[in-house]
Amino acid sequence: MVPLSYYLGLSAVLFCLGVLGFLIRRSIITIFMSIELMLNAVNLSFVAFGAYLHTLNGQVFVFFVMVVAAAEAAVGLAIIIAVFRTRETLNVDRVNLLKL
Amino acid sequence: MLTYIVIAAIKSLVLIHVLLGAVAYTVWLERKVVGRIQNRWGPTRVGPFGLLQPIADGVKFILKEDLTPPYVYKPLFILAPFLAVVMALTSIAVIPLGGQLPLGRWSTGLQITSTADGTGDINIALLILLGVTSIAVYGIALAGWSSNNKYSLLGSLRASAQMISYELSLGLSLVGVLLLAGSLSLRKIVNTQSGGLVHWYIWPQLIGFFIYLVSAYAETNRIPFDLPEAETELVAGYHTEYSAMKFAMFFMAEYANMFTVACVATLLFFGGWSEPWPGLTPQSLPPLVKALAPLFWFALKVFVFIFVYIWVRGTLPRFRYDQLMAFGWKFLLPLAIANIIITSFIVAWQS
Amino acid sequence: MLHLILFFIFAAVCIAAAINLLAQSHPINSALSLIVVMGSLAVLYLLLGAEFVAAIQIIVYAGAVMVLFVFVIMLLNAGTEEHSGKSYVAWFIGIPSVIALAALVVYSLLLHQGQTGNASVSSNSMIGSVQEIAKLLFGKFLLPFEVTSVLILIAIMGAVVLAKRGDN
Repeated sequence: MVPLSYYLGLSAVLFCLGVLGFLIRRSIITIFMSIELMLNAVNLSFVAFGAYLHTLNGQVFVFFVMVVAAAEAAVGLAIIIAVFRTRETLNVDRVNLLKL
Repeated sequence: MLTYIVIAAIKSLVLIHVLLGAVAYTVWLERKVVGRIQNRWGPTRVGPFGLLQPIADGVKFILKEDLTPPYVYKPLFILAPFLAVVMALTSIAVIPLGGQLPLGRWSTGLQITSTADGTGDINIALLILLGVTSIAVYGIALAGWSSNNKYSLLGSLRASAQMISYELSLGLSLVGVLLLAGSLSLRKIVNTQSGGLVHWYIWPQLIGFFIYLVSAYAETNRIPFDLPEAETELVAGYHTEYSAMKFAMFFMAEYANMFTVACVATLLFFGGWSEPWPGLTPQSLPPLVKALAPLFWFALKVFVFIFVYIWVRGTLPRFRYDQLMAFGWKFLLPLAIANIIITSFIVAWQS
Repeated sequence: MLHLILFFIFAAVCIAAAINLLAQSHPINSALSLIVVMGSLAVLYLLLGAEFVAAIQIIVYAGAVMVLFVFVIMLLNAGTEEHSGKSYVAWFIGIPSVIALAALVVYSLLLHQGQTGNASVSSNSMIGSVQEIAKLLFGKFLLPFEVTSVLILIAIMGAVVLAKRGDN
């Protein structure tokens, strides 16, 4: 039997790794993937609490989080493609002027 | 627990060997049938009726030089065909082939993931199959990208875009059957179709079957949807730079996918392992043969389905890429949604 | 016992793949590591009895969202990222503080481990089967469900408008 705190600990570690990736990486796509990692960590927390409290509300909420994450990934990647077309770089440090 | 794992391992070994043998002989069947459609013989020289041709092809693939071009991205170049083959063979794990198989002291169900009395089943078997086909897209996408070749990249981008577009209508076409059966478990879906030809789900779900058939052709990259890998287009698409064993793996993956799709179609639309008229199997057979009779019906239906696949391959021309995407998004997807709406109205009205 | 062993194996795979995501310089390796993270999370969901969520995780997240990421990486031909060298503030402040935060949270969780119970599938827990989740989704959570469908519509329109080439 796995204690609840183990699941929450794993979720916290994954979330912190996601924050770390968001802070130290320079490529916009990797930053996006760190955001997805954070969302996945939160999903794990939801499902773990749902199983602990003997309710299925956690899993239903995970469903909605996944929908939002998918929509955000689609629009975010479209923005990245649009930015790439003009700036021709994927490095966030180079996209620092409003006008080219 | 340990006996369960050992029996499951033995069943997996047997089924994988049977599947790979079926893949090899589907290649032979295709070459013969397409040859006869095109008014020529097909392979005839190697063995009687060319039956040893797949063995000769296998030996050729093993002995050919496995060339790795210089500037490819090696980890993904080697991983991609493995991923394609592993995902194609994994889906056989949840497909039930029959009821209970008594083997003296032990008995097991004719499905890798079933319990001893032949009824244990996975509740989400159909979702697992859809998930495995989703992961199979990576094999193609990574193959084209790691080949360091513009034509491979374009071919793999087109192939993966086609596959993820038609995955939607594939999944939605199965929802009609799920509404009628009331469960995602494949064994339950087959059990609700027992009792003869009239209970099969192809009659209420004819449109669903048509959508499933067309989406399956697109998912497995077969004619009329094989633009990404046709020899006259884009050199040879995503497997241009692959030779010998890795190319054989892509080949095997494509035919194993075809086989899986045919198995799912028989389970969902043609009644699985049930016989067309009840009482067709004589009752006076020994119990082992009687337990294997459903396997015979299943294999017969899968064979008919694969024959239709090959027949379509020999007959139809291929779609252009924009026609292909327009067909998937603008025709099949609305039709699948309309099928779901109408089916759910009818099911709600009847209950 | 088996649950504990499986949890540790797949948690280790998760963390190793997440660290790999941070450590790799080419985005495609990071994308593949993220797919491994999602796969092992799906196994952890199965350990918690959430079978529908596990299947949806593989189909939607690992099989569609990550395919989108891999597509964009292939299309834009993203190479290994260069070090801008502008500022290492994020490295020097970020890494220690994030590690401190993670250590604090894990320590406080393990401190109170005895007071919270277990969260595995057992004989009296609910299995998140499709029927049960459907009852909740179309019953209690009907309004959020319909709102998410509108959200997806907005996302589709946004993606189509943004990705179109602005030629006259």
